[in-house]
Amino acid sequence: MFDFSIVTNWIHEWLLSLMPEGWAIFVECVAVGIGIILLYALLAIILIFMERKVCAAFQCRLGPTRVGPWGTIQVICDVLKMLTKEIFTPKGVDKKLYNLAPYMILLASFLTFACLPVSKGLEVLDFNVGIFFLLAASSIGVVGILLAGWSSNNKFSIIGAMRSGAQIISYELSAGMAILTMVVLAGTMQISEMVSGQASGWLIFTGHIPALIAFVIYLIAGNAECNRGPFDLPEAESELTAGYHTEYSGMGFGFFYLAEYLNLFIVAAIAATVFLGGWMPLHIPGLDGFNTVMDYIPGFVWYFGKAFFVVFLMMWMRWSFPRLRIDQILALEWKYLVPISMVNLLLMAVIVTLGWHF
Amino acid sequence: MNFTMLVTVVLTAIAFVAIVVLLSWLISPRSYNEQKMEPYECGIPTRGGSWMKFRVGYYLFAILFLMFEVETVFLFPWAVVTRDLGVAGLMGVLFFLFILILGLAYAWRKGALRWK
Repeated sequence: MFDFSIVTNWIHEWLLSLMPEGWAIFVECVAVGIGIILLYALLAIILIFMERKVCAAFQCRLGPTRVGPWGTIQVICDVLKMLTKEIFTPKGVDKKLYNLAPYMILLASFLTFACLPVSKGLEVLDFNVGIFFLLAASSIGVVGILLAGWSSNNKFSIIGAMRSGAQIISYELSAGMAILTMVVLAGTMQISEMVSGQASGWLIFTGHIPALIAFVIYLIAGNAECNRGPFDLPEAESELTAGYHTEYSGMGFGFFYLAEYLNLFIVAAIAATVFLGGWMPLHIPGLDGFNTVMDYIPGFVWYFGKAFFVVFLMMWMRWSFPRLRIDQILALEWKYLVPISMVNLLLMAVIVTLGWHF
Repeated sequence: MNFTMLVTVVLTAIAFVAIVVLLSWLISPRSYNEQKMEPYECGIPTRGGSWMKFRVGYYLFAILFLMFEVETVFLFPWAVVTRDLGVAGLMGVLFFLFILILGLAYAWRKGALRWK
């Protein structure tokens, strides 16, 4: 696998030869920031376009076709339209919290986004408590949603925010527990170590039965955490107009929309990292020729391929199932997923302790 | 270097929102009328305030969540060293989880998980 830290080290050396160390680090930080924003915006555009096309395919429609070839420019036009709309603050809102909410949501989204190991040596944040940090950072988002709903001074908003809050914090448990199960198997919390530990086999294969159960639980909980799929009743448009972002206009709404799609990608990418081996190519023991061919495909292609595969699975879930009621959602989490994931965790611990994993 | 990057990412997120809001403010049209500034409500005037008492069910789930989230925090350090701890560590965590499941069973029995 090509190691990108060679490139980053080379850039660092080159900058050091041009300027003092403090400035070099400053330039690198600015470059990383711009890189994150560009990748973020690009992924958002791809995901929104993909959602429209996938949704259209599931409903026997064509989706956007008019703007650009196969409607590819449609999303860019939408972004431009949203940018030219007025951002106004309605009467009676709590101005400070109302304006703070998009910051909180985007902050959570960026922090988790920066943790993703795109390729070997291309992680921005790589703590030794990586996965734990990731879970902690992703919980900031719910604060933003509650702030947006509460400060809007609108009954639709507050009902949507309360539903969303209850749903997200509930499903965070089983998502966290599913990841915890895989941490037991991997024996590390550092994301780069976790990926490099999967060189001999992806964790979903080495952990067999409990890993598969954890993967399914994580997919369900991940869908619920993004307020999508059968769990989209915080923004149930037939009863709550738009939920917690009813009172936001223009780009204020755009931030919520952006964060929603990027959170979908982040959940899928975490699944790809923790279960499907991150940027590790697919290796089948015994087939050396096949393995060598697979090694030639660069790491980031593997990573985005796996992440988009999981994104497709989640869109499939979203467009296949009808919406649940709030009591059904909470019952599914507390009466089924939490007990199952606890037992699953114990099962994994027993398997790891007795050495029954591959 | 990691914490420099953490600060960079936080600043990037804040700068992104601020720059986009500024850009939008610069190029967007502005108009004012009385009706536009009212809270959205299907075309009729809103009755009463929105900051009101709220259903207690959500609060119960928040309390339950707190218990289990703290438990997850305790379990993470154990998860990293499961392999080295062996059977003794497994027994310890079994007991820990047993007490927690007892808590969940109590809440279930008391009807805290029922959405009335």
